[in-house]
Amino acid sequence: MLSGKLFFDYSIPKTLLIKLSGDWRISAGLLSVDEVTSQLIIHPDTAQINLSVSQDLKWDSGLLSFLFKLIRESGRKNIPVACGGLPQEAQRLLALALKAHGANTLSVAASKRDGGGVPDPLNPARKPREPFLERSGGKALQISESLAAGLNFLGDIAVSFLRLITGKSYFRPEDFMLIVQRCGVDTLLLVSLISLLVGMILAFVGSIQLKMFGAQIFISDIVGIAMVRVLSAVMTGIIMSGRIGASFAAELGMMQANEEIDALRTLGISPVEFLVIPRVLALVMMMPVLTIYADLMGVLGGFIISVGMLNLNGIEYLNHTQAAVKLSYVWVGLIHSLVFGVIIAVAGCLRGIECERNAAGVGTATTSAVVTGITGIVIATAVITFICQILGV
Amino acid sequence: MDPTTQPVIEVRDLDLGYNDYIVMRGLSFSVNKGDIFMVMGVNGCGKSTLLKSLIGLRAPAKGKVLYNGKSFWDEDETGQQNIMRRFGVLYQGGALWSSLTVGENVALPLQLYTKLSSRQIQEVVALKLSLVGLEGYEDSFPSGISGGMRKRASLARAIALDPDIIFFDEPSAGLDPINARKLDDLILELRDGLGATVVVITHELASIFAIGNNSVFLDAESKTMIATGPPNVLLANSNEQRVIQFLTRGADLPVNNGHIG
Ligand SMILES: Nc1ncnc2c1ncn2[C@@H]1O[C@H](COP(=O)(O)OP(=O)(O)OP(=O)(O)O)[C@@H](O)[C@H]1O
Ligand SMILES: [Mg+2]
Repeated sequence: MLSGKLFFDYSIPKTLLIKLSGDWRISAGLLSVDEVTSQLIIHPDTAQINLSVSQDLKWDSGLLSFLFKLIRESGRKNIPVACGGLPQEAQRLLALALKAHGANTLSVAASKRDGGGVPDPLNPARKPREPFLERSGGKALQISESLAAGLNFLGDIAVSFLRLITGKSYFRPEDFMLIVQRCGVDTLLLVSLISLLVGMILAFVGSIQLKMFGAQIFISDIVGIAMVRVLSAVMTGIIMSGRIGASFAAELGMMQANEEIDALRTLGISPVEFLVIPRVLALVMMMPVLTIYADLMGVLGGFIISVGMLNLNGIEYLNHTQAAVKLSYVWVGLIHSLVFGVIIAVAGCLRGIECERNAAGVGTATTSAVVTGITGIVIATAVITFICQILGV
Repeated sequence: MDPTTQPVIEVRDLDLGYNDYIVMRGLSFSVNKGDIFMVMGVNGCGKSTLLKSLIGLRAPAKGKVLYNGKSFWDEDETGQQNIMRRFGVLYQGGALWSSLTVGENVALPLQLYTKLSSRQIQEVVALKLSLVGLEGYEDSFPSGISGGMRKRASLARAIALDPDIIFFDEPSAGLDPINARKLDDLILELRDGLGATVVVITHELASIFAIGNNSVFLDAESKTMIATGPPNVLLANSNEQRVIQFLTRGADLPVNNGHIG
């Protein structure tokens, strides 16, 4: 596939003449400098390298990059390289690259960006206040619009996901792992604390009623079933929405404001593939794990209260929990957590990508991501509970 | 039309705007191969907006943008992608990807569109970073270098793939005078060495006259272009007062001898 050619000539003593010909463009692939360095090892008395090119040479940065490396390598061996035989333009670009640029430490603030006094009729602050009905109508339209945008976005994600599975999309495992780590490690403490407390609260509240019937042991059922079926998923979801969903929106919002997303688009990289897919996957992967963990913490919370304060037998409590919590309940909890994971990640990323291009926009996007996430969680819980009722799970 | 004289970029009767808000109307100009084309105008007149329509990020309200005769906004998505792949863009704010190091930023286009091994990509990255004077900053993150250095790093990214057309949005804003001058040299070398066509949005008078061989002036008041031609010809011959003011840093504006108020 490589069509750039090297030819070595030793007709002048102690001098290596390298003749370059063929296609030296990046698209044709790069030749390694090793060929030249091995020549220098075979002929250790080489004191000078001359370069010459053939008429048919095609070049771009591919050639420059090869020569740049070559000149620096031979510079290390104190062998001068004469570039006189190269095309003029290549010589000049090489000289520019090789020149030591000194002024790296000088820094100036990034460029300004201001509206320059041209009135912006889109600025809502300057709009006259609309009558109430018009405003509510507008809000309703906005909601349906944002629902449509959400569905559209979900479609994009699905397409990108298919491309990922078929190996056609660009995916950086490093980024993915970093986000997974953040989803898990950063929230673990919070999830532990909150689900432990919720378990305790449930046990307390339940005990007041059950004591009247002398049926305190059923506290274990209440805590176990409630936590495993919905509560740990909901609690984890709310925590993740506040921590991770918000941070997704803030990050993508900043990227939008900094034109980073534009830069991806002009390169032909879909921002959904590059930024959204790893986030959605990471969150959807971590949600069930955290939910199972929250289940355990919730049961532990109930256990602490029941055994420590209500004087129930510990072994009996655990046995009762085991009997009450069916495997199907665990599945129901996991389904909740998967759905929440999608909702939180999609809400966060969508709000981030839709973000207005300024710092205030990033704040709005973050808040809105959390609100959308939590609203979505509650609605989804209602829907899933309803479906479970119908299915009799 | 003869392909050798056909302009690389031709803008025909373009209107630009955000929703109902029209920023510019009636833009028509063409950029020939090897031109260094300057887009001038005061802050907020719509230069960056024009750039977005040229590089395919924002459809214009009306009009056509032709690349080598192909109307960009009438192409389907693959057609647009093929045209866009030959662009290099330096954004006004740099727009380096903040989660990647400087080296990875420059490497990403190469990973996507060439078949080079990762070692070869490192070599090309080293070359491009040296061209902008940032050799050795491969492993820094964008947040860890200065604003001017970020700008130069994103320039290295813009030229990673040896683009046919390079767009610069205020390349020298935020650069010190030495580096601004080096940037001018680099632009010339890129044009001569790689045969690139260059479109520069700038307020930098020195570089407008030093390297620009054609230009267009966007006027904020009348919301249209009021002059086009080589910058020094405009300075000598234009009878538009606002163009002359711009090109002479407002030399005919009243001066108050440094007193304020
Ligand atoms: N996203 C946007 N939505 C609505 N209006 C916008 C948006 N971006 C810019 N504008 C308006 O469009 C006009 C042109 O903006 P643009 O950024 O193109 O100016 P510019 O010529 O690049 O200015 P500068 O020299 O400061 O970079 C401005 O009046 C601005 O208020
Ligand atoms: Mg601008």
